Amino acid sequence: MSDATTGSRAPRPAETAQDAGSRAPRPAESAVEVRGVDKVFETRTGQVQALDGIDLTVAAGEFVSLIGPSGCGKSTLMRLIADLDDPTAGTLTVFGKSSRQARLDQEYGIAFQQAGLLPWRTVAANVALPLELHGVASADRRSRVAQLLEMVGLGDFADRYPDQLSGGMQQRVAIARALAEQPRLLLMDEPFGALDEMTREKMQTELVRISAETGAAVVFVTHSIPEAVFLSDRVVVMSPRPGRIQQIVPMRLGADAARAARTEELREERTFFDMVTAVREALHGGSPVASGARGVETR
Amino acid sequence: MTDTGGRVASREAPRVSRPAETEPGVSVRSQGLAARPAKGRRGRRTAAAWGWGLAGILLVALVWETYKLLAPADGVLIGDTRVLPRTTDLAMPHIWDMFSRLAEPVTRSPSAQPLWMVVGLAALTTLGIAAAGWLVGVVVGIGLALVMQRWRIAEWGLLPWIVLSQTVPLIAFAPIVKSWGSRVEIGSFEWQDWMSVALIASYLAFFPIAIGALRGLESPDRIHEELMQSYAAGYWKTLVKLRFPAAVPYLLPALRLGAANAVIGAVVAEVSTGLQGGIGRILIQFAGQASGDPAKAWAPIFGAILLGLVAAGSVALLGVILKNYRRSEESA
Repeated sequence: MSDATTGSRAPRPAETAQDAGSRAPRPAESAVEVRGVDKVFETRTGQVQALDGIDLTVAAGEFVSLIGPSGCGKSTLMRLIADLDDPTAGTLTVFGKSSRQARLDQEYGIAFQQAGLLPWRTVAANVALPLELHGVASADRRSRVAQLLEMVGLGDFADRYPDQLSGGMQQRVAIARALAEQPRLLLMDEPFGALDEMTREKMQTELVRISAETGAAVVFVTHSIPEAVFLSDRVVVMSPRPGRIQQIVPMRLGADAARAARTEELREERTFFDMVTAVREALHGGSPVASGARGVETR
Repeated sequence: MTDTGGRVASREAPRVSRPAETEPGVSVRSQGLAARPAKGRRGRRTAAAWGWGLAGILLVALVWETYKLLAPADGVLIGDTRVLPRTTDLAMPHIWDMFSRLAEPVTRSPSAQPLWMVVGLAALTTLGIAAAGWLVGVVVGIGLALVMQRWRIAEWGLLPWIVLSQTVPLIAFAPIVKSWGSRVEIGSFEWQDWMSVALIASYLAFFPIAIGALRGLESPDRIHEELMQSYAAGYWKTLVKLRFPAAVPYLLPALRLGAANAVIGAVVAEVSTGLQGGIGRILIQFAGQASGDPAKAWAPIFGAILLGLVAAGSVALLGVILKNYRRSEESA
């Protein structure tokens, strides 16, 4: 698995997936490569250019946030990476494969704004769903699910049903499910968007820990600046109509070696606020913004 | 959000779900044991439901007997039009007469069985035919729903015909089905008359099942469908893991409706094809004897009611088994 030539890698068998939690990210290979991607939606009122000439590379193990106002195409871009939609022009590769092949090979795990748990399945059965679909033996499945639920702090809730959980807990189940197949890439579309502020920050801290533990690359769609700053190695700022990448802001919050060191204290550090300001300025088209406006609702 | 200082991350407490599923106040950390409702409360609710049901039946009996007692023997007439029935024993036998008649033999012949047994056996026969019709209806209904869900064009093409099929009066084609059936003979298989009746029952049963199943199969959220897509799950896996389980809440009422329809279809088809042995036949037969034995004609009516209850009840039992599939994703 340390070999970098992964052009036609088969999906990892469950046995090797067991110990892959300690796997180091491979900086030599890029997780996602987006080259000159356009996306045009045909609507009744005419064509809508959702994405225009997007170029983006996400390195293996890197945490990249896509941020921008509504309609900037950040979710669309994530859906293209996930092969839930096809680009109108340009190419997308995930670990050197076409996005379609990457989907078929289960190279990524995905989480949406809604948890999207199946209500008739217990927490454990929900996490087991992808494993079940891909024929992982039931004993391996059980141990893997137990391990994942432990990781997201829901070990005691394995036999509950989704309607017995709070929104935050549901979302943690969804994250556990996304990590079930030990993907090297995690795609998240505003996964904490529907949560209250306190839960949201707790989840962010957990996500930092989990992503450090698994070493997976993350593409994280959000419209919260502090969330993007807190989580990311780089923040991709997008602008709407047509969706373009405005600027890519590198974060200097102790890059990925120290990702695990990112704790609650970070939120109060000077550099954190500087980064927030930098992203805000990028969002506002490069013009400096009054720093006194920090208290505004930025979610 | 940016300027709020050192906060303590809150431990989220699980919101308690719908009261029907779980009781409030159950400890958060009950070690994974799903919260069970207190037995007493549910027991009381069930008892209340039965009590009200019984009260309803008693009310009907009371109205019947009160009217019979108070109204004139010739009924209530406005001009020459009778708006309320005669209250003679011939037109409205006493309820206790109807029940005591059940215990007596069917005919005066010394070898005659008691009336309740004859009605019971006939009801069982019809139940069997209706069940066969229901099963065919389930298979056809779900099959049609699958085809319509898979291909939108099939939905456009089939759905109007399915709706139209229910506008054909049953009485009109029951004899036709019977005469077609009598010509079917494949090898050692010979079409039986009861099969015509079952076929007609299935004709009524499949409709609600097809409609309910279609709605159910189309019910999964987009997010769930995309999730399955992201798992590279094909049509069949998506069907088994997602669409069928999601369809259960839609399917259960449809199956119950189908069961009730199958019973009605079987009874009506028995009458119109003249099939012996079922409840439809004795319904007509005993009604013909009502001038001499008015209470007797009510026995098959009770039998038919019981039949419908048993049919609907069996499906309700299915709902109890599948209760976890009726959960919703929403918390609280």
